[in-house]
Amino acid sequence: MSDRDTVLGRVRRALADVPREERPEDVPVTGGRPDGARAPDAAADLLARNLADYRALVHRVSPARLPVLVAGLLAARGARTLLVPEGLPERWPAAAAAAGVRLCPDDPRATPVELDAVDSVLTGCAVAVAETGTVVLDGGPGQGRRRITLVPDHHICVVRVPGQVVDSVPSALERLDPTRPLTWISGPSATSDIELDRVEGVHGPRTLEVVLLEG
Amino acid sequence: MSGTYLGMPSFPRAAAAATRDGTLRGNLRHATHTIRDKRARAVAELADWPRLRAAAAAIKERTLRHLDHYLVQTEAAVTAAGGTVHWAADAAEANRIVTRLVRATGETEVLKVKSMTTQEIGLNEALGRAGITACETDLAELIVQLGEDRPSHILVPAIHRNRAEIRDIFRARMADWGRPAPDGLGDNPTELAEAARLHLREKFLRAKVAISGANFMVAETGTLVVVESEGNGRMCLTLPETLISVVGIEKVVPTWRDLGVFLQLLPRSSTAERMNPYTSMWTGTAETAETAETAETAETAAEARAAAEARAAAEARPGARAGTRTGTETRAEAGARAGGADGPRAFHLVLLDNGRTDTLADTVGRQALRCIRCSACLNVCPVYERAGGHAYGSPYPGPIGAILTPQLRGTESELDASLPFASSLCGACYEVCPVAIDIPEVLVHLRERVAEGGIVTRGGKKAVIRPARGHAAERAAMRAARWTLDHPAALRTAQRIASRTRRLHPRRLPGPGRAWTGTRALPEVPPESFRDWWARTRGQGSPE
Ligand code: SF4
Repeated sequence: MSDRDTVLGRVRRALADVPREERPEDVPVTGGRPDGARAPDAAADLLARNLADYRALVHRVSPARLPVLVAGLLAARGARTLLVPEGLPERWPAAAAAAGVRLCPDDPRATPVELDAVDSVLTGCAVAVAETGTVVLDGGPGQGRRRITLVPDHHICVVRVPGQVVDSVPSALERLDPTRPLTWISGPSATSDIELDRVEGVHGPRTLEVVLLEG
Repeated sequence: MSGTYLGMPSFPRAAAAATRDGTLRGNLRHATHTIRDKRARAVAELADWPRLRAAAAAIKERTLRHLDHYLVQTEAAVTAAGGTVHWAADAAEANRIVTRLVRATGETEVLKVKSMTTQEIGLNEALGRAGITACETDLAELIVQLGEDRPSHILVPAIHRNRAEIRDIFRARMADWGRPAPDGLGDNPTELAEAARLHLREKFLRAKVAISGANFMVAETGTLVVVESEGNGRMCLTLPETLISVVGIEKVVPTWRDLGVFLQLLPRSSTAERMNPYTSMWTGTAETAETAETAETAETAAEARAAAEARAAAEARPGARAGTRTGTETRAEAGARAGGADGPRAFHLVLLDNGRTDTLADTVGRQALRCIRCSACLNVCPVYERAGGHAYGSPYPGPIGAILTPQLRGTESELDASLPFASSLCGACYEVCPVAIDIPEVLVHLRERVAEGGIVTRGGKKAVIRPARGHAAERAAMRAARWTLDHPAALRTAQRIASRTRRLHPRRLPGPGRAWTGTRALPEVPPESFRDWWARTRGQGSPE
């Protein structure tokens, strides 16, 4: 007998007390979480607060000022190279490029070591969750493969407000496609493994900057 | 301290040694109290916590009552998404499967994401015997591995170590595993985390095979979920070519929507965060992340999805790879697999039983399989706080360990028979449990089984266990009972207060608790209190 048959057989015998005719839907699941009806402004404010609470650096700008902001953030760190995924609006990194930052397209042939040599990465996101201070990337346009927001040490993530902001985790799940690889990011990488003291910055980008693009 | 749990002394002996260790006690007390208070604040933020908790318990209950259905569904979904599903009835089989899969890649070093399931089956040791080195990448697991130690807490396996000890371990041992600790390493947690970053980065960038567990797997979609903080999980889940996930069969949840309940409960219960820094979700082998558009970013997720679907329909890309594997992936190799893949090209899911179906067969004990390993019950447990995690002799310490281990492994050994007695039945664990496992109820049930014997399921077969009276198991159990009673500072206050409130428990809670009790009856007060049990079995009246 295969292990598959063994395990499934054991499961079925173990559930002898469950009436044969009972279907999964017969076991009631009550409760759960109705989505809060927050005004868009309030959601964006909460998102900003919660992101900042977990040490993400939050900026709020209009589309017109975004390129200058990005250039400024990179200059402040002395970043010379910027990873840009396909589908990222060309305008976003334009001012930085004009100021001399080299734009590196997300090249699927790039090795992890090469990715490691890039200073910063600029992406959009799929959705952001106000209640938890989370941005979710799904590999869609302007987001790139999962590794590009992981290996470089500085990630700038742009969230369109209010279009991409939802209140809660359940609302975010509704908008997301489970067949895509998803990364939920709530602040920079952190650990509480030493005496339960929270320390930011372990293996992921040590600096996460979230730009709320408003209007 | 050895890395294996074999030959561990029974709970009371190990616990007695631990309580004499002042450093250990201090580390534990500081840590558990810090997290406890933070957790209470994180939970208070969600007004509907009781409803979420009720929903989580109900979803898990539904899943367990129809586990065969959901496992078959999971298998089909993962397979359809390009993954390969393996079934393992026990630890030995799971280890054989993983060893075979790693061997097939030709690699002799693999990276590990923190996983209690692989601790449970002794995977690192099994791989070691096959000449394969398994490197832990979670900071705490790294501390444990370098220190040749055992984990002592579900969430923070090195909770028993303070910063000075960690610095010493890094200084002494990092060089044996790869990049040595930086010169003059201090004991500031930021510095220690930086040392781990440097040490592990080299490994991440050239890793070919990674092994993980999973926090959840979704039957409907075949999606696996790993919740973490440091980014070591993301490194392991995205950079290597082969990913092997060993997952207990109880980790399945029916639908994508169900994740909405658990992703709210787990971080707040475990690290006391609104959300942990990183959560990764993947379905089979990912071919969807290639971005073909050069147009403006799609305005909404729906647009992005539509675009992705169009792309997927337009292209079917083979993930062919040329060349041999040596060290870091070459550009040619990376390019060859650049046909749109985001993440490992090969994904193996090993579904593990190893005593879970035996647990499922016990209609009282079954609820232990709801556990989402948040560790909240450890942090409130007065016995855990004094005894430390090692005394429980398994990767599952604290209250959950006291009910899970004797069910997964049976109660034949002295240690396992003594575990159900490693509690004062104060009930704090039940109060904090996000999936409402009535741990005291199961403890009492298991005590009865140890004391009086009965019919159990072992390895899928019915077996009769004899009453423990006069056996080594009973002696261990008695010692455990006495141990808890010998530590009045540890127990008396907590137990008195808690058992008094338990006795006064109304059937419905007033105020904010009402929503919760409205959907579920409050737990029965254990049929017999610890003191009564003691008095009855020893016939000596109150032990005080
Ligand atoms: S038993 Fe409950 S509280 Fe304890 S680890 Fe499991 S889910 Fe968390």
